[in-house]
Amino acid sequence: MKDFPYTESKDTRSGFGAGLAELGASNPNVVALCADLTGSLKMDAFKKAFPERFFQVGIAEANMMGVAAGMTIGGKIPFTGTFANFSTGRVYDQIRQSIAYSGKNVKICASHAGLTLGEDGATHQILEDLGMMKMLPGMTVINPCDYNQTKAATIAIADHEGPVYLRFGRPVVPNFTPADQKFEIGKAWTLNEGTDVSIFATGHLVWKAVLAGKLLAEKGINAEIINIHTIKPLDAEAILASARKTGCVVTAEEHQMNGGLGDSIAQLLAREEPLPLEMVAVHDSFGESGTPDQLMEKYHLNEAAIVEAVEAVMKRRK
Amino acid sequence: MADTTTTKTVEQPEKSNEELKEIATQVRRDIVRMVHAVNSGHPGGSLGCTDLFVALFFKVMKHHPEPFDMDGKDQDIFFLSNGHISATWYSVLARSGYFPISELSTFRKLNSRLQGHPTTHEGLPGIRVASGSLGQGLSVACGAAQAKKMNGDKQRVFVLMGDGELEEGQNWEAALYASHHKIDNLVAIVDRNGQQIDGSTDEIGGLGDVAEKFKAFGWHVIEGDGNHFEALIPLLENCVAATGKAKPVMFVMDTKMGFGVDFMMDGHKWHGVAPNDAQLATALDELKVGTEGDY
Repeated sequence: MKDFPYTESKDTRSGFGAGLAELGASNPNVVALCADLTGSLKMDAFKKAFPERFFQVGIAEANMMGVAAGMTIGGKIPFTGTFANFSTGRVYDQIRQSIAYSGKNVKICASHAGLTLGEDGATHQILEDLGMMKMLPGMTVINPCDYNQTKAATIAIADHEGPVYLRFGRPVVPNFTPADQKFEIGKAWTLNEGTDVSIFATGHLVWKAVLAGKLLAEKGINAEIINIHTIKPLDAEAILASARKTGCVVTAEEHQMNGGLGDSIAQLLAREEPLPLEMVAVHDSFGESGTPDQLMEKYHLNEAAIVEAVEAVMKRRK
Repeated sequence: MADTTTTKTVEQPEKSNEELKEIATQVRRDIVRMVHAVNSGHPGGSLGCTDLFVALFFKVMKHHPEPFDMDGKDQDIFFLSNGHISATWYSVLARSGYFPISELSTFRKLNSRLQGHPTTHEGLPGIRVASGSLGQGLSVACGAAQAKKMNGDKQRVFVLMGDGELEEGQNWEAALYASHHKIDNLVAIVDRNGQQIDGSTDEIGGLGDVAEKFKAFGWHVIEGDGNHFEALIPLLENCVAATGKAKPVMFVMDTKMGFGVDFMMDGHKWHGVAPNDAQLATALDELKVGTEGDY
């Protein structure tokens, strides 16, 4: 099992903020809109440096999505910022009609996704957003794993023509991917090559998969760990190659089992290469208040849950 | 008065009210024929807003049909929020040069660019955003108007909404936003025909005084007749003249649903019902222009 040393832990939302500020300097067409959560989204640096390109929309997310769609008419590249719940569920029809069906070049940037939002509880802990967004024709869906990757993804999506959903979170997590990485949309990233099982993880669960890999190595299990930062388009080639090599698959995500990464990979395997699969995900349940670590443990979204899933799936391997 | 030097149609010579009326009658013929041909669509609101569309596209707006520029740089651009009255817009777009008039015969049919509700998805020139699910157009228009400002583009953004669709809350988010951000290159128009699918807007939604509501939201509001060019053209010129003064402009436009076809006027009955063969004949009998103009 490879080692992934890191010197600091940071929140992925700060990676977004840093990426957005860099984009402001490099791309004059980039504009930012925020629905009264500038500090939470770490958009202050952009706002301070480019006040004429920052739009405070207030607590009016439906309007924000429409305004963003309108700004693309005139060549702007709008980045909207609010919590993941208010970026998707609250405004699904606005995204569907004014952005996705209209093919508008809007970047929907969503923080505080999933259980790790923590103490605010289930009203704010959306666990269905990946599913909603991936179902929209033409929508690109990205869920990076740490600060560096979120920053790189933020910069990369400005050059991608078309609507994008970029999901990140609130908690501080190990910043272990390289600062100088080039983010390639739709390209799976193999963290550890292995032969016994394929673990496909996204977002905050990528680090948990790394931790699980170490525990598995101690048990003599050589896990292949792949970071699927892009849920759509899915890197089918990389996923199938790994699954065929190891013969069994575990998926891991901070999302409902229905509609998430595991759901996409299950569809792929069922069509192309039926193999045993276990999913580490939320099982048709809302969240609740608690610290991020408490919640990830209670809802079985940690390294122990991944190890358990690996052991279960390996028993089913032909 | 309006600064008409920047708002005249560049492709069209100046049109008299008589000429505009002829075009409007032709557009109304298109509407009833299109809706009849597929036995579906929304003739009521379409007929009621015909005069506005003709006034905008043949007189008031500066726009370039060919080649179509999605960004509408240095042009006035138009959004239709109440997308169900698409038949009017398609007819006016075709007749002002955006696409062949013959294409009107494909309205609402399989593989057509003229979808039931307007969309960019099939690449129809003139359409800049999809609409149909109500209440979204004003927000989009705000964004497009702000993009124009950022680009130093002096032209304006027009958006038409139905009065019933003001029951959608997003409109009021946008109304606050436009005023707060002083989006003064925006002219919004509400088709105040007082009707919606289930009945009158007062009976269904308690819409009340639309003009006073927008005034309270900080808009410059103009009210008046949307069915007679003698009144409508000066009102639209007043709207244009009111732009550039730190307030968004709202034209609360009185129309009659079904205007131009007697048996379709008044009430909400013809909101979303197509005429049968006999009713079409009656309507076309009333809409007298040179029939050689039909698609």
